[in-house]
Amino acid sequence: MLLKELSEAIGVSGNEEKVRKIIEEYVKPHVDKVSVDSIGNLIAFKQGDGSYSLKVMLAAHMDEIGLMVTYINEKGYLHFRPVGGVDERILPGKRVLVGDKAIPGVIGLKPIHLLREEERSQVAPVESLVIDIGASDKSSAEKMVKVGDYATFDVAFQELGARRVKGKAFDDRAGCAVLAELVKERYPFDLYAVFTVQEEVGLRGAKVAAYAIEPDAAFSIEGTVADDLPKEKDVSPTARLGHGPAITIMDRTFVAFHPLVRLLVETAEAEGIPYQFKQPLVGGTDSGAIHLTKKGVPSATVAVPCRYIHSPASILSLDDFENTIRLMEAALKRLKPEHLRVE
Amino acid sequence: MIELIRTLTETYGPAGNETRIRQVLRDMVKGKVDELKVDALGNLIALRKGKGGRKVMLAAHMDEIGIVVNYVDEKGFLRFSALGGVFPHTLLGNRVEFENGVVGVIGVEKLESPDKVPTFDKLYIDVGAESREDCPVKVGDIGVFSRPLIAQGQRLIAKAFDDRIGCAVLVKLLEEIGDCEHDLYIVFTVQEELGLRGAVTSAYGIAPDVGIAVDVTRTGDTPEAPKMAVALGKGPAVKVKDARMISHPGVRQALIRAAEQNGIPYQLEVLEGGTTDAAAIQLTREGIPTGVISIPCRYIHTPSEMVDLRDVENAVRLLLAYLSSKELTE
Repeated sequence: MLLKELSEAIGVSGNEEKVRKIIEEYVKPHVDKVSVDSIGNLIAFKQGDGSYSLKVMLAAHMDEIGLMVTYINEKGYLHFRPVGGVDERILPGKRVLVGDKAIPGVIGLKPIHLLREEERSQVAPVESLVIDIGASDKSSAEKMVKVGDYATFDVAFQELGARRVKGKAFDDRAGCAVLAELVKERYPFDLYAVFTVQEEVGLRGAKVAAYAIEPDAAFSIEGTVADDLPKEKDVSPTARLGHGPAITIMDRTFVAFHPLVRLLVETAEAEGIPYQFKQPLVGGTDSGAIHLTKKGVPSATVAVPCRYIHSPASILSLDDFENTIRLMEAALKRLKPEHLRVE
Repeated sequence: MIELIRTLTETYGPAGNETRIRQVLRDMVKGKVDELKVDALGNLIALRKGKGGRKVMLAAHMDEIGIVVNYVDEKGFLRFSALGGVFPHTLLGNRVEFENGVVGVIGVEKLESPDKVPTFDKLYIDVGAESREDCPVKVGDIGVFSRPLIAQGQRLIAKAFDDRIGCAVLVKLLEEIGDCEHDLYIVFTVQEELGLRGAVTSAYGIAPDVGIAVDVTRTGDTPEAPKMAVALGKGPAVKVKDARMISHPGVRQALIRAAEQNGIPYQLEVLEGGTTDAAAIQLTREGIPTGVISIPCRYIHTPSEMVDLRDVENAVRLLLAYLSSKELTE
């Protein structure tokens, strides 16, 4: 299963090579050309069937959030800083893999027996945490890792009950897996499937890819927040698991192009595919960079809802995942030049 | 002029949904320009051709701040987020209006203390619905302040002077300008309130030689106001600097010269917080000499902004004088 392989691959922002290799191998037989640009984006090109002279860019980011080793101390512990939006609350006690050789380690913490009363309700700041790789001192640590090495959570992909799966980095390996399926079809326009780098540190890969491609329209495919745990108040869950792909109306980085949102909704309704709207103004995606490229690009974002993203273990629904593929494939086949006109 | 301003401020047009205000502006400038188009983000770009002079981009943003519905609860109450710089202290008891004409009242769950401003998560909108099913508003719909314009002597009070007053200045400019040396690209931009987005793509597309934004600026002339050397009624302000841009000195000087040679009152503006489309235009492509003419405005981003009509009229005169010169930078 590609999603499993992608979830378990290590690829923190700026070091996406392993993920890129898996995807490249998977999509190559289905597209006309595969290339890698100077920042590391993987661009799979597939010529259209000739119906429309349009370039459509699809983006899913290969990178995941993680940690970077900043300093190795005398006792052989690794000090680190976050790469992308890491939640400090979830770090202590987690298993991680460090560096290209995936050296196992644990983020150290004081045992509960020794905690002072006030410490029990506090979050340890990331500056106070260290990774323990079992080194006895600095020189033994330096044989295994070096400053600048990345670390990721050590989590196995797993199938859970009710067609749900657990794993790390569904944001955005779920989107990568969707995109890898979409390229198998041929569309009425030229398709540029871009597996971007460095989204989690500021939409950097998408920016240069869109500049080079100059697409007529763009879709970002994401793994997005599902905050559907029981709440005290009757307020938005952002998105809910099992309720279909989440369509963005607007987020912090862009306002989705209205005719493309309508295309997605009409497609879902015509094909009987469940869908939901993501809570507006939450989060951001590659569309934020793409839509402001050059003279502007009509853009939209569709996402697989995932619980607990940016933590070691997210959970998604395979039905949502498959429905995202169905929705995007059907919507792309219906896309016409009139969907790219401002009313 | 007041009727023009009334139409512009009272028209619905929040950031991200400028369709209606764009249509109103299109009707206002149609017939006065040589070309009219809308780009991929929704910017309305009107070109009035000159006689071989410079390419000048004149930008005023047509979007206004608002609120976005992020949830409709079981009982039909709406939860919402701020669209642009909307602050909770301006909201309690206020009314918002949606594109379909539905009006909602903003309420608070419990007022913990009359001295404390509640946060957004404690606020909701009541459109009088009795359930989620009969609620006439849905997730993603955008509301704007619901207020008519009031003219009281020279002072005008309305919502959305930021930046419909800039739009009014540019519409009036097109009405009054006769022959002009320069190609004028009048751009009514979108999504300024969400981060100058419309200006980014329109400036790239036009690649002008000179950029001018027309927008509002704060004043320091109200009781105990933070110190600022701009007052209502003392003339349009020529921007020196704001939080994100320093005006091109040559453009600034040319604007000052135009004011002084024509006896137009003006003020100099140094704004500590906030910025305008000019910040985006200036950094487009290889860089574009850019300046700003600001209309002094009190109570910006509230339902009751206030400007002085004379400042608005003088801003039009200042632009006419500036554009009549062959040299647009000194």
